[in-house]
Amino acid sequence: MMATVAGLLWELAQWSEKTPLGTMIRNSEYAFPIIEFFHLAALAVIGGSVLIVDMRLLGLGLTKTSVAQLARDAQPYVTGALIVMLITGISLYTSEATKCYASAAFWIKMVSLVLAMAFTYTIKKRVTAGDEKTFSLATGKLVGVVSIALWFGVAWGGRWIGFGG
Amino acid sequence: MSFLGFAQWLANQPWSIALHESLYGYPIVESVHVWALCLFVGLTIILDLRLTGLTFRTIPVSEVVRRILPWQFLGFVLMVASGVALFYAIPVRSYQNIFFRMKLVLLVVAGLNVWFFNSGVYLRVQAWDREPVPPARARFAGFASLALWFVIIFCGRMIAYNWFDCDKQPQPHIINTLAGCVAEAPAP
Repeated sequence: MMATVAGLLWELAQWSEKTPLGTMIRNSEYAFPIIEFFHLAALAVIGGSVLIVDMRLLGLGLTKTSVAQLARDAQPYVTGALIVMLITGISLYTSEATKCYASAAFWIKMVSLVLAMAFTYTIKKRVTAGDEKTFSLATGKLVGVVSIALWFGVAWGGRWIGFGG
Repeated sequence: MSFLGFAQWLANQPWSIALHESLYGYPIVESVHVWALCLFVGLTIILDLRLTGLTFRTIPVSEVVRRILPWQFLGFVLMVASGVALFYAIPVRSYQNIFFRMKLVLLVVAGLNVWFFNSGVYLRVQAWDREPVPPARARFAGFASLALWFVIIFCGRMIAYNWFDCDKQPQPHIINTLAGCVAEAPAP
């Protein structure tokens, strides 16, 4: 079973590198760095808009505003930045997919990313949509800590792909 | 001692060499720089979004400024400390890198933007604190900050690439001048 999954992922990596997008980025001197810039710019946006809500859940930062209001205002920026990150991230992946396949950092990042997205759009969304009255202070803090940990795992893994980790 | 001489002196320090050649030290410092980016630039973007009136419109501007300032400050300290360490690890090449130089200039401009904002329209914040869309000068400061930080991120990322490095000649004269390359290789 694991062997089959690994085999499929390896095939996906080889196929991705042969796509016109992957080939174009690999053959261009400037495409990769420029896509990296957009990836990083979106990271700053998602970093701020995730943190401002997580900090609020932990009782830090904009504590006079309700969690629900803050989460509503931040949501379009989280989702917008995430879309940019996914588009640019997939593009970067296609150019060096087999290298990513062999990188532990890449897989740490992918697992963190899937968990972070699932957590953000299910549990965290439900908790932040209600107000302080619908969830306990401890629940809010736990959600904030888990969210920060997962997203920081994504950023950490991402940076280490570049070091060949 | 010239700046270049200083950079060369730094490059010969045992700790600079150690950080440059370390298996984990340098990547860890880079990672801290990226994490701090989320905290510092991320929160700066939050404030800018409020100033431009794009979102968080119901929160008083002064509250956003006051409540996120300590965290921005923490992010800023981490950012500068890790940034200085990165420069310390690779001083000569960074000093002669046009993107590094551009980044430093833009950091000063971003600082001036904050200074103009604080000593100008923000002094009268009580008059517009709860406006969903702040006055033009505040919106301008917000948009300018957003633009500046994105360009600073761009320059920061491009430092890693060696297209315009001094040891990669020939380069256009303007590049060599801007990068501070001391001797130009003769044209082929």
